[in-house]
Amino acid sequence: MQRYSLLSLVRNAFSHHRNWQRAWRSPPLRDHYDVIIIGAGGHGLATAHYLAKEHGITNVAVLERGWLGGGNIARNTVTIRSNYLRDESIPFYVKSVALYEGLTRELNFNLMHSKRTMVDVVQTSPKLRDLRRRMLNMANHGSTYEPISVEELRRRIPALTGGGPDSRLPILAGMVHTDAAVCRHDAVAWGFARSADDMGVPESRSLFTRTARSADDMGVEMHQNTPVLELLRGEDGRIAGVRTDRGVVRAAKVAVAVSGHTTTLTETVGLRLPVKTINLTAFVSEPVKPLIDVIVNCPDIGVYLSQSDRGELVIGGANDQGQSFRRDIKQNVFEDAVVSMLELFPAFKRLKLMRQWGGTLDIAHDASPIVSKTSIPGLYVSAGWWGGFKAVPAGGYTLAHLIANDEPHDLIRPFGLERFRHLDYVLESGTTTAR
Amino acid sequence: MLLIPCPHCGLRLETEFILGGPARDRRPDDPAALDDAAWVDHLTVPPNPIGPVREKWWHVRGCGAWTVVARHTMTHEVGDPERADG
Repeated sequence: MQRYSLLSLVRNAFSHHRNWQRAWRSPPLRDHYDVIIIGAGGHGLATAHYLAKEHGITNVAVLERGWLGGGNIARNTVTIRSNYLRDESIPFYVKSVALYEGLTRELNFNLMHSKRTMVDVVQTSPKLRDLRRRMLNMANHGSTYEPISVEELRRRIPALTGGGPDSRLPILAGMVHTDAAVCRHDAVAWGFARSADDMGVPESRSLFTRTARSADDMGVEMHQNTPVLELLRGEDGRIAGVRTDRGVVRAAKVAVAVSGHTTTLTETVGLRLPVKTINLTAFVSEPVKPLIDVIVNCPDIGVYLSQSDRGELVIGGANDQGQSFRRDIKQNVFEDAVVSMLELFPAFKRLKLMRQWGGTLDIAHDASPIVSKTSIPGLYVSAGWWGGFKAVPAGGYTLAHLIANDEPHDLIRPFGLERFRHLDYVLESGTTTAR
Repeated sequence: MLLIPCPHCGLRLETEFILGGPARDRRPDDPAALDDAAWVDHLTVPPNPIGPVREKWWHVRGCGAWTVVARHTMTHEVGDPERADG
């Protein structure tokens, strides 16, 4: 694999950038692999990367219905944070935040990772109590959360001019999460894809390919425009492979990492899961000069925003209430988010909003993710991600561990499907979600 | 935005309503007779089709009535709850 560096940039400039290698191959689809990962999004590609890197498993196909990195990995609001409530959740997200910090170097791909504090704008007493409780528990697990005064809050975010003493919801305090960061979401998909692709190629000279490969090893393959129509079970009840619109592909292990359509796939083998598919929306403003250098989260009104490197404000709101498989934005949900934002940032009234979009995700009964074996041997699911972007490296790392060993990594042991049977819920409603 | 049929007021805007969640099947008459798996399924596993789901809606900024409608999760088409597969 060609290394990306200042030197390679200069060298390729001499040939007018005509000689860059392709970032990943497009091999023909074979009919058998050791592992099939369905979904070339953040989690699927990260899983392929860690399967190759940590476990030496490279006879892997990643099957993608659309194009690589075209799903929720391209539709999120790029926030990376670890301010969760439960003892089970916080260490997982702390690990993910830490993995993100080393990822640009590990993948040799500039993720434009930018550590920037997240500031919560607290407008009700119950929310303040809730966040203080989170603060105390986060301190037990090496994450950071600290309260600041309204004066300090307004000093840090000068554009925050609403929410005064006479407003509907006066601002009471702020909470600061210094571990938070943003990074370029496409680059996460492309970086993992390039790395996973490379680690399987026998002639590769990559510096970080340390795993031994067998002679017949063809490497991790990514197949775009390959929708999986159904999962296939063998006569022994184990997973046998998948049927795609390009034919049947067999594998002893299949992992489903498809966000909103998890149940659509698992129900083809009769597996029902405790998740609902919903639509979550976001939008961006026109680019403006540097205005906000932190991630602002307003949990009481259900809006959060940050400013991208290009100057656009990236804004997210609450979800559409009911179940939805749509990828657009519902007008009243959009209006609610805008009106709420203008209460706190009245100056934004003059901003033009450039683009708006939605994505489908599935949320579990307890609002925590599911990374789990299933009742069908060889079938694994990674689902229930709301805010799955922040979890991409740790989610891939732990799913790869689960696939390789058929045993969950300690970080995701509490997030198995059996928790519903045992009523061991990891309740994160209100911490996962905007409200 | 959805237009939701209220039993008293006719078709009204979604913003007058609050979603009351999925309209589940009737609670089993004798939960103690179920095994744990069936009971947990009843509690936690909602129908999640690309198709109609049955939902409870509360006309809170209107007449206050509760109603059950079937709504398609892809097209948002609102229809007869008796025909939903949920």
